[in-house]
Amino acid sequence: MSDNTVKASSIRKNDIGLKVVIYVVSIFFSIMTLFPFVMMIANSFKSTFEIQQSTLTLWSAHPFQNLARNWQIINSKDFHPMTGFLNSFIVATCSTILNVYFSSLTAYAITAYEWKLREAFSSMIIAIMMIPTTVTTIGFYQMVYKLGLTNKLSMLIIPSIAVPMTVFFMRQYLQASLSMEIVQSARIDGAGEFRIFNQIVVPLMKPAIATQAIFGYVGSWNNLFMPLILLTDKNKKTLPVMVSLLNGDIYKKEYGSVYLGLLITVLPLIVVYAFLSRYIVEGVALGGVKS
Amino acid sequence: MRNKKLVNYAKFGYLFSIPFILTFCIFTLYPVVYTLVIGFTDLKGAGNTSWHFLPAVGKNLFTNFTDVLTSKTFHKAFGNTWIIWIINFIPQIGFALLFTAWFTDRRSKVKGTGLFKILFYMPNIITAATIAILFTKLFGYPKGAVNDILLAFGRPQAYNFESNEWPVKLIVAFIQFFQWYGHTMVNLTAGVIGISPEIFEAAEIDGANRAQTFFKVTIPCIRQIMLFVLVTSLIGGLNMFDIPQLYISTRCNNAGLTTNMYIRNQAFAGSYMYNRAAAASVILFIVIVALSSILFYILRDKDEAKLKKLRKQELKALKKGY
Repeated sequence: MSDNTVKASSIRKNDIGLKVVIYVVSIFFSIMTLFPFVMMIANSFKSTFEIQQSTLTLWSAHPFQNLARNWQIINSKDFHPMTGFLNSFIVATCSTILNVYFSSLTAYAITAYEWKLREAFSSMIIAIMMIPTTVTTIGFYQMVYKLGLTNKLSMLIIPSIAVPMTVFFMRQYLQASLSMEIVQSARIDGAGEFRIFNQIVVPLMKPAIATQAIFGYVGSWNNLFMPLILLTDKNKKTLPVMVSLLNGDIYKKEYGSVYLGLLITVLPLIVVYAFLSRYIVEGVALGGVKS
Repeated sequence: MRNKKLVNYAKFGYLFSIPFILTFCIFTLYPVVYTLVIGFTDLKGAGNTSWHFLPAVGKNLFTNFTDVLTSKTFHKAFGNTWIIWIINFIPQIGFALLFTAWFTDRRSKVKGTGLFKILFYMPNIITAATIAILFTKLFGYPKGAVNDILLAFGRPQAYNFESNEWPVKLIVAFIQFFQWYGHTMVNLTAGVIGISPEIFEAAEIDGANRAQTFFKVTIPCIRQIMLFVLVTSLIGGLNMFDIPQLYISTRCNNAGLTTNMYIRNQAFAGSYMYNRAAAASVILFIVIVALSSILFYILRDKDEAKLKKLRKQELKALKKGY
């Protein structure tokens, strides 16, 4: 209980003052963070006329009628939420699966086997983390264009087999948690190498896979640069590409529907965050410390 | 110590790396090399795929590079990118450090830090494109939430936030700050939690006050993580695209034009100058590699490098012995 004496001596008036400052500033930042999203949700339920009166009011006379009307207006123009939603879902889901599976496989190849080029390969992975997307853009576009594969969602999915960041993270995790004895005993039992990876190593990596899957999914869902260049067919556009339409003149007078359109694009993210925020924040912390 | 059984399995090491290597070569390596080559050619025009090296058409090999480097628009874009990054990074690291100090303070034991962390981090996972447009609407003129607030506080009339260059830059920087301060704070807090509590106890016993503990103990201990945050933020900042592109695009005298937007505008709009865009992206790449190499050199784990050296010497000694 020696802690108590330290505590007692340090609880002074300026401590309480400091605590008040901490809470005031933290609450101010919380409000600042939530304000735009609160505005977005509140205004989705308002009519254009009500928004013109004041953006700041949080209530509406006919919230659900307005919501239905805003939804109609959105769908009657170029912004097709369901198409965008479906495309984003396909791209994000497929690329996340490819990303975590093949990154685990690559990380396993580096960690579990001794091969001549292993050291060179793993330093190469660290080096290529620095390559920015921009420098691949022109060449990538030309290649895809020549093959006639623009507007194909697969061109946004397949490259996620090779994401150096994820491989790096998976390798860090495997180095700390993989015991070769388990692998050896599975070999004695006659399991093939590929089966060992799928049935023993993958389940072992579940926590790392979960973390990377969340970040991979969010990253892919939010990606704008590449889809904006590759996707010109309006039936193939993902949500972030579509969202840029809301900035256009056709929605200039439709205040309520713009807010509703924005809300639709982030709704899945908000739902995911509501359930997984603790793990997400822990995952961020893990990534920073490990690197 | 080499295990013979492991050597037998070497081929699986190669086999399991094939998907990564193949995908990397097709979707990253080839495009990078292609971009580099295109920088020295006359490739332009929508849908055009045939090209010649510049000397073949009677031009200097480096024409595209000199064009970009002397272009006023490129200077503006490059300058903007730095200005916006700096205005966003200084308060970002400042507030992140302040919250880290407060939330990890052992003496005042702030309650609800978990909730604050979750709230502050939230904007980071929301689509940047959506946030940019949301802020366009909130800073709208003549109607918008911010103007409504200003009017309520007695400003005579609404302010047009797009009328000047600086408000545009400041708002773009603010949105970047808004999205990233929580992320930085979570990283730094994790670093502080990882410090052994004994160090803090020792500082307390020695009579260090809060400020002294933070500046003399905490900050030196999280130096590595701060540098990591700096490197990632710098690379991300130089590649800034989504928010400036959607917030104001190229209106208002290119106030929010960034390098990445310049590259995209050259290649996929106007006269489709693929060659010039390629040259600009190579220049950006060189800048990033140079800066990150410098920072990585400072970041490198000195102890591990020493350990590796020792291990190598030991191995050599062992081999000589046998």
